[in-house]
Amino acid sequence: MNRFRIVALLPVLALLGGCNFVVLHPAGFIAEQQRDLVIISTLLMLVIIIPVMALTVLFAWRYRAANKKANYQPDWDHSTGLELVIWAAPLLIIICLGAITWMGTHLLDPYRRLEKIAANTPVAKDVKPLEVQVVALDWKWLFIYPEQGVATVNELAAPVNRPVHFRITASSVMNSFYIPALAGQIYAMPAMQTQLHAVINHPGNYKGFSANYSGAGFSGMHFRFHGMDDAGFETWVNEAKASGSRLDRAAYMQLERPSENVPVQKFGKVEQGIFDLIRNMCVEPGRMCMSEMMALDAGGGLGLAGIHATLPLPRDYRARVRSGDRVIASICTPDEAEQMASRAPPVAPVRSSTAITGFGLPHPGSIFRRSEPTPRGMQTARPTNS
Amino acid sequence: MTVASTSQSILFGKLSLSSLPLNEAIVVWTFVVVAIGAVAVLAALTYFRLWGYLWREWFTSVDHKKIGVMYMVLGIIMLLRGFADAVMMRLQQAWAFNGSEGYLNAHHYDQIFTAHGVIMIFFVAMPLVTGLMNYVVPLQIGARDVSFPFLNNFSFWMTAAGAVLVMMSLFIGEFAQTGWLAYPPLSGIDGSPGVGVDYYIWALQIAGVGTTLSGINLICTIIKMRAPGMDMMKMPVFTWTSLCTNVLIVATFPVLTAVLVLLSLDRYVGTNFFTSDLGGNPMMYVNLIWIWGHPEVYILVLPAFGIFSEVTSTFTGKRLFGYTSMVYATVVITILSYLVWLHHFFTMGSGASVNSFFGITTMIISIPTGAKMFNWLFTMYRGRIRFEAPMMWTMAFMLTFVIGGMTGVLLAVPPADFVLHNSLFLVAHFHNVIIGGVLYGLFAGMIYWWPKAFGFRLHPLLGKFSFWFWVIGFWFAFMPLYILGLMGVTRRLRVFDDPSHQIWFLIAGFGAFLIFLGIVCFLLQIAYSIWKRNELRDETGDPWDGRTLEWATSSPPPAYNFAFTPVVHDNDAWSDMKKRGYARPLTGYRPIHMPRNTGAGVILAGISLALGFALIWHIWWLVAVSFVGLIVTAIAHTFNYNRDYYIPAEEVTRTEEERTRALAAAGV
Repeated sequence: MNRFRIVALLPVLALLGGCNFVVLHPAGFIAEQQRDLVIISTLLMLVIIIPVMALTVLFAWRYRAANKKANYQPDWDHSTGLELVIWAAPLLIIICLGAITWMGTHLLDPYRRLEKIAANTPVAKDVKPLEVQVVALDWKWLFIYPEQGVATVNELAAPVNRPVHFRITASSVMNSFYIPALAGQIYAMPAMQTQLHAVINHPGNYKGFSANYSGAGFSGMHFRFHGMDDAGFETWVNEAKASGSRLDRAAYMQLERPSENVPVQKFGKVEQGIFDLIRNMCVEPGRMCMSEMMALDAGGGLGLAGIHATLPLPRDYRARVRSGDRVIASICTPDEAEQMASRAPPVAPVRSSTAITGFGLPHPGSIFRRSEPTPRGMQTARPTNS
Repeated sequence: MTVASTSQSILFGKLSLSSLPLNEAIVVWTFVVVAIGAVAVLAALTYFRLWGYLWREWFTSVDHKKIGVMYMVLGIIMLLRGFADAVMMRLQQAWAFNGSEGYLNAHHYDQIFTAHGVIMIFFVAMPLVTGLMNYVVPLQIGARDVSFPFLNNFSFWMTAAGAVLVMMSLFIGEFAQTGWLAYPPLSGIDGSPGVGVDYYIWALQIAGVGTTLSGINLICTIIKMRAPGMDMMKMPVFTWTSLCTNVLIVATFPVLTAVLVLLSLDRYVGTNFFTSDLGGNPMMYVNLIWIWGHPEVYILVLPAFGIFSEVTSTFTGKRLFGYTSMVYATVVITILSYLVWLHHFFTMGSGASVNSFFGITTMIISIPTGAKMFNWLFTMYRGRIRFEAPMMWTMAFMLTFVIGGMTGVLLAVPPADFVLHNSLFLVAHFHNVIIGGVLYGLFAGMIYWWPKAFGFRLHPLLGKFSFWFWVIGFWFAFMPLYILGLMGVTRRLRVFDDPSHQIWFLIAGFGAFLIFLGIVCFLLQIAYSIWKRNELRDETGDPWDGRTLEWATSSPPPAYNFAFTPVVHDNDAWSDMKKRGYARPLTGYRPIHMPRNTGAGVILAGISLALGFALIWHIWWLVAVSFVGLIVTAIAHTFNYNRDYYIPAEEVTRTEEERTRALAAAGV
C-alpha cells in the first residue's frame, strides 16, 4: 500500500519539478527576503498545525465508537491545565510570528530606501538608485526613465545590483505593479503615487504584470523586465534613444486611450515633468492639476467662484475615464502649475536602520507642530514626511 | 464591450432590445433552458393546484421554521448558479492557453467571476447560514418563534428579491465586471458606464435590508426569548455563535449600505466620493467596504463553528470540552474581526507600522480560533465517536480548515502578502476557509438538522458519496491554485501565455468536476430520501441522541414548537433532561398565542424588486410609482390588526397525543 502511494506521488513530484516557482526562487534581494519570510512563517505555523492534524486523526481513530476499549468519559469537559496549554501554545507561536512580522514589515517596506543589495553587500556610498517612473494605463505599462530621458511601453530594464526606485501611478483605474522575480507588488492608483525600492541581482528576462484586475484588457497587461549588466543597460537605453518618437503631452494623450495586448514601444525623448502631470491628472493643457487644487483647498478654497472656472473637454478624449464633458480650469500660469506639479514627495532618508522603528513615520507629535499649511504637492497614498 | 446605451426613453429608461445579450450564444441557450425549466415548474404548480398551498403555507408564513427552510431552498438554488459560474471559469482558464482565447470574451468572463463571488457570498452562504440560524435558534432556546415574526418573513423576501435581481442581470443587460467588491474607479460611472454595477448595487442593497433586519430579529430573539433557566452561559454554542454573528451583521451591514449609497451617488448624481479627481478618494471605498467585508467572513464562519461544536458534542456523546473558553473565543473573534480590515490591502502603500499593526491583529485572531480547534479536539478525546455524515464533515473541516488558517496567517505577514496578494494562492486560501469552514459546516448542519425539519433522515450512502466527492474534489480543485500562486499567477486572468501552467488548471478543472459530482449526489440524496422517506422516518424527534432543546420536541416540530416552555438547568439541556428522567407532560394543555401569516412581506419585497429594476434602468416613472407604493404598503400594513391568533387547547392536545402515540410506536 505504502509503496503504491509513493508511486502514485511520482507524477505529482515530476510536475512540481518542472515548474518555475518564481515566488520561491526570485532573482532580486527584496523578493528573496520576502520568500524567506514566507518559508519561516510557514515552518513556524507547522509547529502547531502538524500536531493538531495528527491528534485529530489519532483521536478520531482511538475514540471511534467501535473501539469499546477506549476510555469513555461523557462528562469530562474541563481541565484548567489543558485550557492554559491550548491558549498558550498558539499565543507563543503568534508572539514569535508577530515579532518577525513587525521587523520584516519595516525592513521590507517598499518605501524604504535600500541599504543592501545582497545579504552581505551594502549599497556603495556613491551609488544612487536608478529612478523609474511607472504609469499603469488601460491596458499597458508606461515606464519613464527621467535621468536617461527615455520611455518605453511594456518593456522595463534595469542594471543588475543597482538599486531601483520606482514611483508608480495610474491613469484611470487601480492596477498593481508586480514583478515576482524582483520584489513584491504595490498598487498603481490614479492621482496617487506609490513607491517601490528594489534591486535585481541576476541578469535575465523576467515577467511583470498587473496583479489587480482593471477591466477588459487586464489579461494582456503584462511586460518583460530585463535584468542587464551595465553595458547591456546602456545599449538598451541607447536603442530607446535612437527611436525618433517623443513622449510629450499629445503623445501621452494618444497613448492613454484604452488598447489591449500592446507591443513594446520606445520613446527616444520625454517631455520634462510629464510624470508629474500624469500623476496630477493635468496632462490636458489648461486643466487644473491636483496639486493646485489641493493647495487652493488647503488655503480655504475658491468658494463659488471655483465652480464656474471650467473648460470643455474634447469630446472623444478619454471616453473611459470621464463621462462629464467639463474639467476644472487651471488658474495658475503654466510655469507655476508645472512647478507645483513637480514638487515630488521627497524620498525619506532611512533614519534608523533597525527594524523596530522603521523610517516612514514622523516623530509623534510632529504633525501638530507644523505651523503653516504647506501644500503637499500631491495626493499620496500615504503621507510622506516632508 | 460594455453595454452602454446612450439613448433613454421615458417609458423604458435605458432599457431597449439592444440591452438583451442576444449576441452571447451561451447566455441565449442558458435562457432557453431556464425558460423551459421555469415554464415546466410553473405548469406543474398550476396543474397540481399548489399555488394556494404555497401562498398560504409558505410564502406568507411567519413561522421561523418555514422561513428557515425557504432560506435553505434559496441558498441551494443559488449554489447551482454560483457553481455553474465556477465551472465556466475553470473551463475558460484551462482552455485559454497557447494563443487560444478560450470560449469566453472579456465582457462575459469578467461578469462571471464577479457574479460567482457575489452570488456565493451573498446569495448562497448568507441564506444558508441565516436559514439554519432561523430554523434552529428558536428551537434551541425553547422559544415559540422569533421576536418579530413578520419581520422575519419580510427579511427572507428581501433577500430573495436581491437574488432575483442578480439572476435577471443574466438575461436583461449585464452584471458588473469589477470583481466581487467593485472597487472604484473601475466601478464608477466612467470605469463602468453600463448597468452591471447598478445591478450589483441594488441587488446588495435590497438583500442587505433583509440581512440587517434578520440580524436585529435574531439578536432580540436570543436576548429576550430564552427559556427560563437558560442564562447566557447555558446557551448552546450554536446559539452563542449565532448571537455573535448577528451582532456583527447589525454592526457591519450598515457600513456596506452606506458605502454603496455613496457609490450610487457617484454613479447617479455625479458626486465625487470615490472618483480620482475633484477631491474624491477611491481608497476610502476600499477601507469602508473591507470594514464590512472582513467581519462578513466571520459572520459566515462563526455559525459554522457553532454547528461543529453541536455536532462534535453530539456524535462523541460527550459534553463540549471547554464551553466557557469556547464562548470567550467566539466573543474575542467577534471583537477582533473589526480590527483587521486593512490586511486586505497591505499593498496599497500604507506604512510599515500600520501594516504591522493590522498584520499582528490578524494573527491574534488565530489564537481564539486555535483554542476552538483544540476544544473540538479534546471533545473527541475520551469520547465515543459515531462517524455519521455530520461528524464526517466535521472531521474534514478540522483537517482542511487548519491548512486554510495557516495560509491565512501567512498572508497576514505583510512582506509575504506583497508577493502573494491577488494571486491564485490567495484564491486558494479563501476557498480553503470558506469551503473547508463555512460550506462543510453548512453541510454538517443541513444533514444534522434535516431529520428535525422533515421527520426523516437523509440517505446515508448517497451522503457519503457526496462527502467524498466534495472533499477529494476540493483538494484537486484548490491545491493546484496554491501551487500556481507560488508560480506568480494572478487571479481573474482570462488568457494565459505560459504553457507550463496549463496542467494545473486542468487538474483544478478535474477537481471542479468532482465537486460537481458531489453536488449531484447531494441533490440525489435529498430526492431519494424524500422518495424513501417512510423507510428513513424518525418518530422519536431525537435521532442522533441530541443534547440541546431542539431534540426535545417532535420532528418536524409543531407550529408552536413546544407545548410547554421547557425549563433549563444545564447547557446541554435536553441531555440533562434525559439523564434526569424527564417525563413529557401529557395533560394540562392551554391555548397557544401565535402570530398570523401575512402577505405584506412578499408584496413589499416585490415592490422593492420593481424599484431596484427601475433604478438600474433609469425608468424614473417606475421609480416614483414603486417608491410611493413601498411607503404606502408599509404604512397600510401597520393598520393590519389581524396579526395573531390562538391555537385552541383541543388542537394542541390532539397534536401532542399524536406525538405520544408516535413515541410509543417508536418504543421510546
